[in-house]
Amino acid sequence: MKKELRSPVSQRPHTAEDVNGKSGIGSEVSIELNGEKIKVALGKSILDICRENKIHIPTLCYHEDLCIAGNCRLCLVEIEGMKNLQTACSFPVTSPVKIKTFSDKVRKARKHIIDLLLSEHYGECYSCVRNNNCELQTLAREHGIDSYEFGHVCEPRFEIDNSSAAVIREMDKCILCRRCVRTCIDLQEVGVLEAINRGYETKISTFLDMPLADVICINCGQCINRCPTGALHANDPSDEIWKAIEDPRKHVVLQTAPSPRASIGEEFGLSPGHSMTGQLNTAARRIGFDKVFDTNFSADLTIMEEGTELLNRLKKAIVDKDENVKLPQFTSCSPGWVKFIEHFYPEKLDYLSTAKSPQQMFGAVLKTFYAEESGIDPADIVTVALMPCAAKKFECNRPEMNSSGFKDVDYGLTTREMAKMIREAGLVLPELPKSGFDDPFGEATGSGLIFGSTGGVMEAALRTVYELVTGRPVPFDGLNIDVCRGMKGIKEASVKLENCKEEFSFLEGVDLKFIVAHGTANAKVVMDMLKRGELNGYHFVEIMACPGGCIGGGGQPIPTSESIRKLRAKAIYEEEGLLQVRKSHENPKIKYIYEKYFTDGPCGKLSHKLLHTGYIKRGKLIK
Amino acid sequence: MNNLFMKKDRKGPVLFSEYTPGSALLKAADMSRDDILFEIKDSGLKGRGGAGFPTSVKWMLTASADSDRKFIVCNADEGEPGTFKDRVLLTEYPELVIEGMIIAGYTIGAKEGIIYLRDEYAYILEFLENKIEEYRKNNLLGKNLAGKEGVEFDIKIRLGSGAYVCGEETALIESLEGYRGEPRNKPPFPVNTGFLGCPTVVNNVETLASVPHIINKGGDWFHKFGTDKSTGSKLFSICGDCRYPGVYELPFGITINDLLEISGAENTKAVQIGGASGLCFPESEFGRKLCFEEISTGGSVMIFDRSRDMLKVLKNFMEFFVEESCGQCTPCRIGNVRLLEGVKMIERNEYTFEYIEKLKELCGTMKIASKCGLGQSSPNPFLSILENFKDEIFGKHLNQNHDEKGIKKSGITEAAYC
Repeated sequence: MKKELRSPVSQRPHTAEDVNGKSGIGSEVSIELNGEKIKVALGKSILDICRENKIHIPTLCYHEDLCIAGNCRLCLVEIEGMKNLQTACSFPVTSPVKIKTFSDKVRKARKHIIDLLLSEHYGECYSCVRNNNCELQTLAREHGIDSYEFGHVCEPRFEIDNSSAAVIREMDKCILCRRCVRTCIDLQEVGVLEAINRGYETKISTFLDMPLADVICINCGQCINRCPTGALHANDPSDEIWKAIEDPRKHVVLQTAPSPRASIGEEFGLSPGHSMTGQLNTAARRIGFDKVFDTNFSADLTIMEEGTELLNRLKKAIVDKDENVKLPQFTSCSPGWVKFIEHFYPEKLDYLSTAKSPQQMFGAVLKTFYAEESGIDPADIVTVALMPCAAKKFECNRPEMNSSGFKDVDYGLTTREMAKMIREAGLVLPELPKSGFDDPFGEATGSGLIFGSTGGVMEAALRTVYELVTGRPVPFDGLNIDVCRGMKGIKEASVKLENCKEEFSFLEGVDLKFIVAHGTANAKVVMDMLKRGELNGYHFVEIMACPGGCIGGGGQPIPTSESIRKLRAKAIYEEEGLLQVRKSHENPKIKYIYEKYFTDGPCGKLSHKLLHTGYIKRGKLIK
Repeated sequence: MNNLFMKKDRKGPVLFSEYTPGSALLKAADMSRDDILFEIKDSGLKGRGGAGFPTSVKWMLTASADSDRKFIVCNADEGEPGTFKDRVLLTEYPELVIEGMIIAGYTIGAKEGIIYLRDEYAYILEFLENKIEEYRKNNLLGKNLAGKEGVEFDIKIRLGSGAYVCGEETALIESLEGYRGEPRNKPPFPVNTGFLGCPTVVNNVETLASVPHIINKGGDWFHKFGTDKSTGSKLFSICGDCRYPGVYELPFGITINDLLEISGAENTKAVQIGGASGLCFPESEFGRKLCFEEISTGGSVMIFDRSRDMLKVLKNFMEFFVEESCGQCTPCRIGNVRLLEGVKMIERNEYTFEYIEKLKELCGTMKIASKCGLGQSSPNPFLSILENFKDEIFGKHLNQNHDEKGIKKSGITEAAYC
């Protein structure tokens, strides 16, 4: 299941294999770096060498998640004997070169390049969403830019594209580093964005320059996470949320997903990997949210529904020999992935679980069960979902998401936007006291929590499904199903179901085979396997649209990288390990809601109405 | 139509000399690959596209690269303004080009050749296809070529997609692969990682056309023409203010004055050598020689007589670069815009010498920081025309608005485009 790189040869990372053939691997070469003699692995890029030696090389088009572009020209270094400066990111060291990283020529060239970028970069820093977290701004400061040497553009050239519910494109701030293009084509294999035209007219465009809402964008927002400037940002609903909070008639409810809790500290200067759950609850209350609930509750609900759906499918397939049942069942909690399959594999929608995502389930429960129990008119309830996700904004605006009679979730708020609201309220998050979630949905299990990382849904589902079927906990040490964890693009494994309970005797001896994939590029590999019939015999597939799962979501703090995503995941798994209840079906509140409200059980009539949904065959042809 | 492909009465020492089609192929078939490489090395043949990279080195590197699949690409994307020599070779001497490719393919072990023909030359396509078909019929293309067991080579033609930058070898390869025509990072070089990741030789039409003559008459014979470091002859496309514009084959080392005389130019004020990205020379330098060691050129010679406004000439070149930059790298994409703006400021008489100096420094950065030859050479006309024709360009303004030191007199606004 090796993913083939689709990018042009020029943009692929150079490794020892690429440059020197098999014989070069493992060899070393002596070089001189700023006068210091060092030995480095043959074929390693100058940029990597410099980073290892704690030399900061400025970059813009470089991103560690993406293939090499070499187009911003900021990482230029001087190599003795070469007339031209060379880009550190793309230059593999294969001979004993002498490198200078900050010679006169280099500094002058870098300054010129920043000056040139600024001359075309419309807008002022203080009126930009990325103020203080902008790579161009940082570079300008680092290089002592104190004036616009080559002028500064005063009139915008482009219209702002705010057609999308998730991603806003402000192309006047674009510096054409093409990270978004590479993110979209190489990392996600969606291919919505591409450079068009030539020379000065070059710009990043959608197909036929159509509004983002009208093309096959899956709203994953990964481009936002990798944009070095404010050219791409999420559609921010915080003004409307503030308005609702101010309105005394409105009962404003916040649900918080696990991933923002693991990452929001980064917005307040903490290093990645600090969980801020308790502080965030306090902040939300001080801001004025009437109730703060835990999305993990509805993640548990999702597990109940999705797990039951899987068992139903298995029964239909094995006992009833129903050939129309589609297996493996694919998860449906990632709205980016849902839109991806709607566009790219519309003929395979039947494989998708009909269960709504935790966000939407919560919205539906809040405006029905919660409204009834607490005696609040659902028309006055405003549901806000704090999510690590840009696509959740699109999801909550899907017209079919109103089974409660109202819009299930009114606003999707990203981690970055929540941080902004907290700052606006004058709160310093890390300094706040901790507090818990509100009842009745304050209790959640570890299974819900680990939804945030790739493999989490699978792990949670297995814990519940295995126990429902066999009456015993999953046969893994401390319930930790390690094969589901980690950042490998596609993971697959199986669990044997033995000594099943009587009602599940049809599953006796079945090897439950599952696949976990994250990032839609990997999803594509899995879907193509499905198309070729290579997934026969598999039962369950978890797919998350974003690399790393939700912790690497498009609404998460910027920057992102594999190491940052790993730290966030670690924070989640650590928090999970401390929890008392770690299996969704053991959540007392889940038991309660099935006793009190969804009385005909998971996948029953009412839950079908409120907690399940349908999909649209969108295809790649767009109007 | 036919008239276009009729051989004109051309004379020249190498390319325009007598040649019996197929003769070099048959001779090369009896030579070992090493012998051919040494013959090319002895000839001192250098790339005719303008950069002047030794052809033998390029071939040797590709020949020694470890790969089952290699390519010979003939760069017929003749796009440098003022160059039209490849068109003459392709329409009047196609045998030389085709045989040059076959010999190159045989030498480096490539089985596939591609002619990247600029789209504006689409009218030559059918003619070339027919020629190639003739070679196939005569067993000079295809399997067991020229009766030599195991030797295989075939040529296909691909039309370009219209961008100037596709003449740059790695952009050309990107374009061949179906991507946006944009230069790649180097290294890796095409000799290692070229078309479809395979070792690839990209040679100019004229370079390949020289090969059959070198094979027939030997490297030493070729070495007799031209100068020490620039052997052989060069096709010059002469245009502009002269009586006899056209393509001339002349040995390297000829002076600008010689060219002016041959083409019947009179009252010449300036000569731009090397196309838009070349250098512009004033009368005082007409004695200089055209060769790789002095004035390197792909063959474009544009003549401007005394009636021409050099600032307009410069503006035209800079407009060209602003449009033809591929838009990928910062120095070229934005740098050229700033240079053109500078020219417009001079035109409007709204400049300071301080700012012009700043732009000249920017030129220095563009030359060493741009990704490919386009951005690296686009400052050439800016620098050379402003330097060599400063009296004409700044003179009139100097008297009006600047004092003798070039400082702007008061009352004139600072270069204000924003």
